[in-house]
Amino acid sequence: MDLDKSVIGLTSTEYVFEVESRHVGQFAAAIGDDHPLYSDENYAKQSAYAGLIVPPTFPIAMNDGKTKMPLDLDQRRMLHGEQEFIYYKPIRIGDRLRCQIKVHDLYDKEGKSGKMQFLKLDTEMKNETGELVCISRMNIVYRALAN
Amino acid sequence: MIKDWVLEELTVDQKLEPMVKPPITKVQLAQYAGASGDFNPLHLDDDFAQKIGMDGVIAHGMLVMGFLGEYVMKIAGQEARIANINMRFGKMTVPGDEIRCSGIVERTYEEEGKRCIALELTAEKISGEVVGSGSAILQLT
Repeated sequence: MDLDKSVIGLTSTEYVFEVESRHVGQFAAAIGDDHPLYSDENYAKQSAYAGLIVPPTFPIAMNDGKTKMPLDLDQRRMLHGEQEFIYYKPIRIGDRLRCQIKVHDLYDKEGKSGKMQFLKLDTEMKNETGELVCISRMNIVYRALAN
Repeated sequence: MIKDWVLEELTVDQKLEPMVKPPITKVQLAQYAGASGDFNPLHLDDDFAQKIGMDGVIAHGMLVMGFLGEYVMKIAGQEARIANINMRFGKMTVPGDEIRCSGIVERTYEEEGKRCIALELTAEKISGEVVGSGSAILQLT
């Protein structure tokens, strides 16, 4: 069952994600990223950010573990091909962000083994006044199953 | 990583000092699973990974992207903000692999009165196999 362009624009339910200091610390520690921007308030205050932020790939961890994608996908056909984070504003510890998953795009390409589909899924993150803060964009290759 | 340059003065095609990460460990994959919420057994359970034809567990692709994120923020230091980072996933990474992150200045431009630096990024194994490639944009404030 292939996807068609009608999926573009589908949205998940909205969830609120709270950015907690301990979570950010564990995420940075797992990577081994010891940048003081995530933990040293004095350093962060004097930086271009004027305060503490999160590691650039942290939005990947901003899922609530419950919210379903806006469409049914066969897990076996999915391949996470690319990932992008687009920042409009910094994400800071203590932020409560309203998150929603949206189907941003779907397009086909002829590959070596027949038609491949590419799906772009955005998680849009907005602050409490509704301004866009960050988009986490996942590019998924949706492959045909080998017969 | 030694910085022998000033962010404002970076020029196109300039290669930046690479950053080599310590070998990836299984404990690190458990840490990353917990912190990211990605508990796919492919990253945690050797038996499961072997059943689907791997030699053992493989690292989360997003952990490698995390290394590139660390590298970009080390370049940004205190002077710049990150506006964009993206990565295409390449070869798989396994425990024991040492990943080397490197970058080249792709272009510099002005946008909305801010100086922007676009970097090309590569994450590769010591063997030279590319595990991730992408780009990032830094904005000087």
